[in-house]
Amino acid sequence: MSFLQYLINGISIGAVYAIIALGYTMVYGIAKMLNFAHGDVIMVGAYASYCVTSYLGLPAIVSILVAVAVCTLLGIVIEGLAYKPLRGTPSLAVLITAIGVSYFLQNAAQLIFGSAPKNFKSIVSMKALTLFGGGLTITGEVLVTIVVCVAIMVGLTLFTSRTRMGKAMRAVSEDRAAAQLMGINVNQTISVTFAIGSALAAVAGVLLCSTVPTLMPTTGAMPGIRAFTAAVFGGIGSIPGAMLGGILLGIIETFSKAYISTQFSDAIVFSVLIIILLVKPAGLLGKQIQEKV
Amino acid sequence: MADYPKNVIQVPTYNLFREQDAGKLPVLDVRNLGIDFGGLTAVDSFNITIGPTEIAGLIGPNGAGKTTIFNLLTGVYQPTRGSVLVNGIDIKGMPVHKVNKLGIARTFQNIRLFSEMTALDNVKVGMHNEIKCSFIASLLRLPSYYRAEAAANMKAMELLDFMGLGDVADKKAGSLPYGVQRRLEIVRALATNPSIILLDEPAAGMNPSETAELMHQIRRIRDTFHIAIFLIEHDMNLVMNVCETIAVVNYGKIICKGTPEQVRQNPAVIEAYLGKEDND
Repeated sequence: MSFLQYLINGISIGAVYAIIALGYTMVYGIAKMLNFAHGDVIMVGAYASYCVTSYLGLPAIVSILVAVAVCTLLGIVIEGLAYKPLRGTPSLAVLITAIGVSYFLQNAAQLIFGSAPKNFKSIVSMKALTLFGGGLTITGEVLVTIVVCVAIMVGLTLFTSRTRMGKAMRAVSEDRAAAQLMGINVNQTISVTFAIGSALAAVAGVLLCSTVPTLMPTTGAMPGIRAFTAAVFGGIGSIPGAMLGGILLGIIETFSKAYISTQFSDAIVFSVLIIILLVKPAGLLGKQIQEKV
Repeated sequence: MADYPKNVIQVPTYNLFREQDAGKLPVLDVRNLGIDFGGLTAVDSFNITIGPTEIAGLIGPNGAGKTTIFNLLTGVYQPTRGSVLVNGIDIKGMPVHKVNKLGIARTFQNIRLFSEMTALDNVKVGMHNEIKCSFIASLLRLPSYYRAEAAANMKAMELLDFMGLGDVADKKAGSLPYGVQRRLEIVRALATNPSIILLDEPAAGMNPSETAELMHQIRRIRDTFHIAIFLIEHDMNLVMNVCETIAVVNYGKIICKGTPEQVRQNPAVIEAYLGKEDND
C-alpha cells in the first residue's frame, strides 16, 4: 500500500513540476529562449497569495486570482523590459539577462519580505481522503493539484489547437519569419506566451506552497530548475512532453526518496535525466531534427 | 561598385501598365531602392511600378539580388536608400506583419510552410487577421466560435480547392509532395487577402508538366482574384509565357525592363546571362 501512497504523492509533486515546466516549454517553443527567471515568478505568485490571505484576510480563491493577475502582469513586464529589446541578439545575451532577472526578483523579495521563511497557509481546506481503512491517505492538496494540472493540460491543448492565438503561437514556434510575413504580430504572440506561462507559474506557486508550506525568496529556485529539467526530459517545446516529464520527474523523485535515499534524490533524478538524454537527445516527446548536410 | 558592367543599356522607366490598369494607383511602387550590407551594395537604384492586375517577372543570374529585393519589398530588410509604396503607403519602418496587412504576401524560395500543421491550418494561419472570434468564445466553444470557424474553414477550403488541394486539407503540410507544398504556399499567401503576391521561384524543383500547370494557375489567380503577381523564376519558358513585364537585374541593378519580347532581344540581358562576346 505504501507503494501506491508514494505513487500518488509523486504524481502530485510531479503535477506541480509539470505546470511550471509548461511555462518553460511554451516560452522556449515560441520565443526560443530559456527563461531562467520563471522559477522566481512562482515565488512572486506565492508571496502575492500569502499577502492577500495573511495581511488582508481575504479568502483563498481571491488570493489565487490576485496571484495569477500579479504574475501575468509581471511576465508581460519582464518580457517587455528585459527580453524584447534583445530580440535578434545572440541567445546567450538573453540567457544571461534571464539569470539577472532571476536574481533581481529574489533580491527584491528579500528586501520586501525579509529572508525569514513565512508560514504559508494551505489554500485547500478539504479534508484528506482515507482509503483502505487508513492504508492510503490522499490529502486535499494532492487531489486539488492533480485536478488543476489535468484541467490546465486540457485547457492549453484546446487553446493551442482551437483558438486563433493558439494557431498563431504554433506558427511562430515553427517559423517566426514566415509567420510574420503571414501577418502575425510576433511580439504580441510572445507577450501572450509569457502572460500564460507566468499565470501558470502563479498557480504552481500557490499549489507548491500549499504542499510544502515554507515560503522564502528562494522558494521558486529549486522547483524551477527541476521543472526545467522536466521540460528537457519530456522534450522542450512540446506541451505534452512538459506534462509527461514533470509527472515522471515527480514520481522518480518520490520513489528515490522513499526507497533509496532522501539525500541523494536529486542526484538520482538528474542521473536518470542524463541516461534518458543519452538515449533520446531530444527528450521523450521531442522531435529529432535531422541536420541537413 | 567598380565591378558593374560598363556599357549597361539604360531602359527608360516608362509605365508598363496593362491597358486595364492605366490611370490606377500601382499596388507596388518602388523608387530608387537600395541596400548595403557593410561595404557591399546588394541592391541599388531599383525602380519598378506594378499595376493592380499585372503579372511581372524578376529575373537575373544567381546572386543578382532578387531575393534581397523581395525581402526589401516585404519589410524583412530595411532599405539603406529609396522607398517602397504598397497601395500608395510607404512601408518604411513598419513591422513585417503590418506590411503584410497593407496587401503584400509572399512565398519562399526554400519552402517555409508550418510543416507540423495540416494544410488547412496553414491556410488558416494566413487568415489570422481575418478570423474575428473572441478568446473566450473560442475556448468555451460558444455559437459565435462555430460561426467564425465555419466561415474560416469554408474560405480556406475554397482556396485549397482553387489550387486543387482540397484532398490534402487534413494532411500534415510537411508530409506532402514537393510540388504540392509549393502550391500550398501560394494558397497560404492568398489567404492573407493580398493585393499583390510575390512568388520566389514558384517552379523550382517542378517537372515540366507541373510547371505547365503552375503557369495556368498563376494566370487563373490573377484573373480570379484580380491581384498583381510579381515572381522570381529561373525557368525562362514560364517567365516569357506568363509575365507581361519583366525586370532583369544583375549585380543588384536593373539592367533592362520591358515586355518579354524587348527583354529577349536586349543585348545587356544576353550579356548578363551568356557573358560578353570577345571581339578583341
